Amino acid sequence: MKLTLEIWRQKDANDKGHFETYELDNVRSHMSFLEMLDVLNQELIEKGEEPVAFDHDCREAICGTCGFVINGVAHGHMKRNTVCQLHMRTFNDGDHLVLEPWRAKAFPLVRDLIVDRSAFERIQRAGGYISARTGSAPDANSILIPKEQAEAALDFAECIGCGACVASCPNGAAMLFVGARIAHLGFLPQGQPERVERAKAMVAAMEQEGFGACTNYTSCEATCPKGVSIVGIAKMNKDYFNAKLFSGGNLGGKE
Amino acid sequence: MKLEAKIPSGPLADKWTDYKAHTALVSPANKRKHTILIVGTGLAGGGAAAALGELGYKVKAFCYQDSARRAHSIAAQGGINAAKNYQNDGDTVFRLFYDTIKGGDFRAREANTYRLAEISNEIIDQCVAQGVPFGREYSGYLANRTFGGAQVSRTFYARGETGQQLLLGAYNSLNAQVNAGNVDVFERTEMLDLIVIDGVARGIVVRDMVSGEVSSHFGDAVLLCTGGYSNVFFLSTSAKGCNGSALWRAYKRGAAFANPSFTQIHPTAIPQSGDFQSKLTLMSESLRNDGRVWVPKKAGDDRPPNDIPEDERDYYLERIYPSFGNMVPRDVASRNAKNVCDEGRGIGPTKRGVYLDFAVAIERLGVDVIKDRYGNLFEMYEMINDEDPYETPMMIYPAPHYTMGGLWVDYDLMSNMPGLFVLGEANFSDHGANRLGASALMQGLADGFFVIPNTLGQYIAKGKHPDVDPNCDEVRKVEQDAKDFNQKLLDIKGSKTVDYFHRAMGMIMLDKCGMARSKEGLNEAIEKIGKLKEEFWADVKVPGTGESLNQELEKAGRVADYFDLAILMCLDAREREESCGGHFREEHKTEEGEARRDDENFCHVAVWEWMGEDQAPQAHKEELEFEYVELTQRSYK
Amino acid sequence: MDKAVGFYESTLGKKVVMAVTGIILFLYLVGHMLGNLQIFLDPAQIDKYAHMLHASAAFLWSVRLVLLFCLGVHILAAFQVWWRSRTARPVKYKVFNPPDVDYAAKTMVWSGPIIAAFITYHLLHLTVGMDSLHPDYVHLGAYNNVVAGFQQTPVAIAYIVALLLLAFHLYHGLWSLFQTMGWDHPKFGPWRRPLAVLLTAVIAAGFISVPVAVMTGVLQLVGG
Repeated sequence: MKLTLEIWRQKDANDKGHFETYELDNVRSHMSFLEMLDVLNQELIEKGEEPVAFDHDCREAICGTCGFVINGVAHGHMKRNTVCQLHMRTFNDGDHLVLEPWRAKAFPLVRDLIVDRSAFERIQRAGGYISARTGSAPDANSILIPKEQAEAALDFAECIGCGACVASCPNGAAMLFVGARIAHLGFLPQGQPERVERAKAMVAAMEQEGFGACTNYTSCEATCPKGVSIVGIAKMNKDYFNAKLFSGGNLGGKE
Repeated sequence: MKLEAKIPSGPLADKWTDYKAHTALVSPANKRKHTILIVGTGLAGGGAAAALGELGYKVKAFCYQDSARRAHSIAAQGGINAAKNYQNDGDTVFRLFYDTIKGGDFRAREANTYRLAEISNEIIDQCVAQGVPFGREYSGYLANRTFGGAQVSRTFYARGETGQQLLLGAYNSLNAQVNAGNVDVFERTEMLDLIVIDGVARGIVVRDMVSGEVSSHFGDAVLLCTGGYSNVFFLSTSAKGCNGSALWRAYKRGAAFANPSFTQIHPTAIPQSGDFQSKLTLMSESLRNDGRVWVPKKAGDDRPPNDIPEDERDYYLERIYPSFGNMVPRDVASRNAKNVCDEGRGIGPTKRGVYLDFAVAIERLGVDVIKDRYGNLFEMYEMINDEDPYETPMMIYPAPHYTMGGLWVDYDLMSNMPGLFVLGEANFSDHGANRLGASALMQGLADGFFVIPNTLGQYIAKGKHPDVDPNCDEVRKVEQDAKDFNQKLLDIKGSKTVDYFHRAMGMIMLDKCGMARSKEGLNEAIEKIGKLKEEFWADVKVPGTGESLNQELEKAGRVADYFDLAILMCLDAREREESCGGHFREEHKTEEGEARRDDENFCHVAVWEWMGEDQAPQAHKEELEFEYVELTQRSYK
Repeated sequence: MDKAVGFYESTLGKKVVMAVTGIILFLYLVGHMLGNLQIFLDPAQIDKYAHMLHASAAFLWSVRLVLLFCLGVHILAAFQVWWRSRTARPVKYKVFNPPDVDYAAKTMVWSGPIIAAFITYHLLHLTVGMDSLHPDYVHLGAYNNVVAGFQQTPVAIAYIVALLLLAFHLYHGLWSLFQTMGWDHPKFGPWRRPLAVLLTAVIAAGFISVPVAVMTGVLQLVGG
């Protein structure tokens, strides 16, 4: 199978960047999309050109490292997928594919298809955790959690942090990512004591990074490799609302 | 070389408790004066960074990924063991210890393995407290599943994403410490070399993978938590970036390498589909709980699986090992898959595959239960293979997965070099010659969260740790060496890509130093890899420069180290004239074709010391003493 | 108050403000529609209703001020949110086809300003009764004002188009506000969209029935 690839090339953050077109023959249907790019890169290196830089690591759709936009869709046209598990059998001979990096102010470009997602790190560090000092935990079965609740927490905890939600949001918003982190911990009894602070801190950090606002397009949910639900966004909104308007102050004890 | 395991005296069950009671401590006020460098942020490294940060140490953590959360611990699927005995099926710490020692074919240290089993329970408590959403019963209690090599149900899990959930737990704890100002994380930063001053590990040289800048960091202890080196095989279940370079470069600076040939070839991965394959994808071992492994009885039977009648199928694991059946340990399952394929009974386009069939389980339990247990694994399989495992049996084949070997460490997890600690898969200590399923996560978390916080203090408290002069000759030289190494690679400007060499080396290794090994084959491999290495250093083509993001340069450095590591693996495999666990020597098997150990001559850890470029490494031994378990021929029949 | 200001500064807070003002404006629309529908009862009925609304100037103007305030805040927050999102992606995609985008969500950006323009026109047309827009306007002669107004076919069509736009805006706004306010429930969550559709359909049908009735001759001018 033969493909035409139009790929965004940009040396570094200061470079202007441009599209470069490559023709690739002999694409096999059992290759993954990244294996196809491996082949392109081998050819480029042999020809003495710079290979296309793209992020990848586990290649089994769990580490969240890989990701770019293929013909306008984050991670490509297959649902519940990452580019490392996108297989060439789902493309047709002669396809023209435009490959672009995640585009967002909060994700500055590093090189070619690689962006800097450290904004996500800063959001998580602001409060996306349960402060459980090592060694102080009670017996695991002393905290009973209904199965449905544990499953719901896991549904949100599955987020791989790839950034596709931001990339595919017409507003460049990161609400699905932040919502997923807040909902995961919010569904668990262990997550309750810090719930209010967590919502405040994470949302504040998110605002600072320059992500856009959610207007409920729902394209984030549609492109999420793990199918994380926008219910997480509702949970975040509610936690934040409660945190900002109703929390704090004296609970009725002594001053 | 002095190899002192420093195993505490006293009864096995009391060693760790006694150790903790008598270990030297560092006062809270002094901890923040000590900088600890941690390389790798998986379960071991991330856990250590979090736990040491909580204690008040000044921690710097480094990872090559763009986020600490992406370390390859994240890809572990099936679960984590603990001796909780929540199932009331007779599990105890001793039983978990025994299963692990036996599963490792009696080539691990009793004291380390016992400690691991002992800590397993605390780990589960800690993870739940961190918010890990483990699978639960409808009653709200934690659920368990069974894993290979055990007859109790002790594995805790979160769907098929246990590693991800555990790593997020550790990552969250790490983040809390970053927020508290105790830990700094350096992402997209790769360790190039170890700084050793007066025989003590005092720092690391790193390369910023975006700017290319090479710099040094200093501390009072260096913790290598960099995982395994399965990528020496090119095709493995490791992430593409996983590498053995941190270990290898520490080895070249004087750290000893133990049992390098002990590798695990995992039985249930998706078979290779073509020449362009870049990695192999694992299907969790937990699938063997409900899946039955079989091949056609006749060689060359090309009928679709569902057309092959029951009496023409060979459920070979159930046939050969009636008591453990499909749940035999990984090395046994892998070897048998290889055997049936060697007999010409393999299936699939490459004939290197066996079926893993869920038909009976689906009939017995219903599709919904199977979906609940393995849904995401089935989805992943379908995504890759375009076949529905609910309808057609899965095709699986063994794949390089884990390396039990690693840098030698003592009971404190310190290598033979003072100040250099090695945690998790990167060390050699707990799994012997084969690792049981669901115990890698256990070891990573045990080492990071529970062992090192107790053992590091001893080293810190007892030493002096003067400040390192960043401009001293030792530091300058190591920095220069690291830069020169990369420049040398860039200057070759040959004609072949890094991947070409890596793939070629991987093929040799898988063939000669994989599931079955022989003296002849290993000699051949050593020679071939030596030649390939020469060709690499003469003809590799690394484009670009060192002063910017250069993924080919990163790969080239790692592959350069793999050549030497591969040769060491072959040497180690050749030296060990016995079969044990994942190390199977064709010359040493029973009449039934099972591994034959030689406890008389090889009941030891093989420890290798670097003697310089182009010099044969020196072999040392740490004799293994078994006081509490009896060395038996491992039988799963 | 300190808290509330901080809350509004965040995009989440702005969205909540939009949701709350949206709810108030929506409730007003319900009332407005019920008022309008009296036109089908008896010509005198709606005139009487108009007189009643004007009975107390204080009451009338408080309601108007509240509504104007809500509308103003709604628009201001919308503009700020829109601006923030515009700047969140400085380099645009060459090709951008995010899947499953809610169509109504896309329309908000331009349906909002058009509805704002329509409201202005509507106020001048049937509340103020500007000569150039409505030559036959008689103060508080609600029935004839409406019928005469809509007998101009272009005007009626403009109203219908604007109301359809309003329907889209309402549908997305109503569904959206459940998300924004965090009103979600595993059982009732899936009903949020159908509920939004239903409410929107009722409102739109109620309003549109009037111009349609005039155009089809169901409602005729009455001699006065």
